[in-house]
Amino acid sequence: MLNKLIFSETDIKTETDNLKSEYVLEMKHLKKSFGENHVLQDISLVLNKGENLVILGQSGSGKSVLIKCIVGLNEADEGKLFILGNNIEDIKAEEVIELRKKIGFLFQSGALYDSMTVRENLEFPLRRQLHSLTKETINSLVSEALENVGLSDSIDITPSELSGGMRKRLGLARTLILKPEIMLYDEPTTGLDPITSKEISKLIVEVQKKYNTSSIIITHDIECTKLTADRIIVLRNGICEAEGSYSDFENSEDEWIKSFFEK
Amino acid sequence: MEKHISHIAGNENQMKEITQGASSGNFSNSIFKKFFLEVSMITIFTLRFFKEVWKPPYEFNELLRQSFLIGYKSFPLVGITGFIIGLVLTVQSRPTLMKFGAVSLLPAMVAVSIIREIGPAITALIFAGKVGSGIGAELASMKVTEQIDAMQVSWTNPFKYLVVTRVLSATLMLPLLVVLADAVGLFGAYVGVNLKGSVSFHLFFSQVFQSLEFKDVFPAFIKTFFFGFAIAIVGSYKGYNANKGTEGVGKAANSAVVFGSLMVFLIDVVAVQITSLFEN
Repeated sequence: MLNKLIFSETDIKTETDNLKSEYVLEMKHLKKSFGENHVLQDISLVLNKGENLVILGQSGSGKSVLIKCIVGLNEADEGKLFILGNNIEDIKAEEVIELRKKIGFLFQSGALYDSMTVRENLEFPLRRQLHSLTKETINSLVSEALENVGLSDSIDITPSELSGGMRKRLGLARTLILKPEIMLYDEPTTGLDPITSKEISKLIVEVQKKYNTSSIIITHDIECTKLTADRIIVLRNGICEAEGSYSDFENSEDEWIKSFFEK
Repeated sequence: MEKHISHIAGNENQMKEITQGASSGNFSNSIFKKFFLEVSMITIFTLRFFKEVWKPPYEFNELLRQSFLIGYKSFPLVGITGFIIGLVLTVQSRPTLMKFGAVSLLPAMVAVSIIREIGPAITALIFAGKVGSGIGAELASMKVTEQIDAMQVSWTNPFKYLVVTRVLSATLMLPLLVVLADAVGLFGAYVGVNLKGSVSFHLFFSQVFQSLEFKDVFPAFIKTFFFGFAIAIVGSYKGYNANKGTEGVGKAANSAVVFGSLMVFLIDVVAVQITSLFEN
């Protein structure tokens, strides 16, 4: 059943109390503006452990800003953010950093470092975060990460030599190499052909199963949504417009939602 | 670290908003406002450099890599330019000195010109064109392709890793390049002298070193540190704050060269004034 989302403080509190241990991420009345442009007007949502939550919305609806607020690339103007049960306002900056290290972020463009090889791209986060690792451990982690995304043969080439799909997979491998508990995907299938999009979507599901990650997937690709979503939230004009499963949305009578889901 | 970064980023964002606001209102007013706001933002960026440069972790490997790219890779261009400048200056000066019967002063005149002014200034301008634009374009493309954001979510301070290392490398490498360019330029001058005359290598360089004093060499060398710093900080600022996609990359590279070259001339004017104070 498709729910119009109008969260009140009490609703959230009750839900939080009931399921607190299951939430890996929670937002309460998050707001973000850029000058006069109120991108996020009042966002409240939760991400359950082991869940794939897809956030759908038109371009400019604030989807990317929303997940950038989670990792700290954008700072929310108002609202509360809980990561793994901790309100980030109540803990020290160093603890926030430690919590955010448990979050992986796959950028829309892959954001691969052009000046480095595939191997160096994967080694970079390892060397920065896990200083005590030996060369052998780093090599085995790099090999495992590349094997997971089917790029074992591309270890010594530069990202410019990779196709769009391979770049996305490498971006995913780089994010997964630190074994994050929460994964944030920013439009993982944008700019890819339907076959590669399907491959990436399947990879997202495989990753979730293999590492038991909880994921937020930002997209406007309905095929990707169908393949990956356990739950869907639709953003419209900076607020959560609706929430439900894929079949709820598919059978919705709402004209705007129908236009989104029609093939 | 995060709070500190967001505080400084907040200042920069505030300035950006004011800059955008400055575009309304009358034309000349807004140009002045934009100019002063741009200067303020570069100042904030520079202050951030001085704040970050002392803090660990120190990126020695990246500093070495950048020094190799900025210093070693620039040498062929700087060397060729220095040789040509030395040669051309000698050939062009000869007829004038002949009119006054002072051809024997040619090595001394060329040496003082190259060491005091032409070597540092021309090398710095070449450096602004090659390295300044390179830094501007590279950082801008990293910014628009979200590589800088990716670094931040890998919990690497991108300002330290990208900006501090490049600015330090440029500050240290330009003086070395100027010394090399001066040496090659003097050799070019020796070749130029011998195109229409015959002066031995030993005699030429004896005259060169006799004509040079500490006050010719030292201030000229010191100002090159400032040239290198200014070129790199302007290039980094333009790249790090680029926007508007690929168009922004081109703009960042272009304005890195223009403003970097302008800074070289401004610093040179100040340096000449300071030097002349000590000479008098």
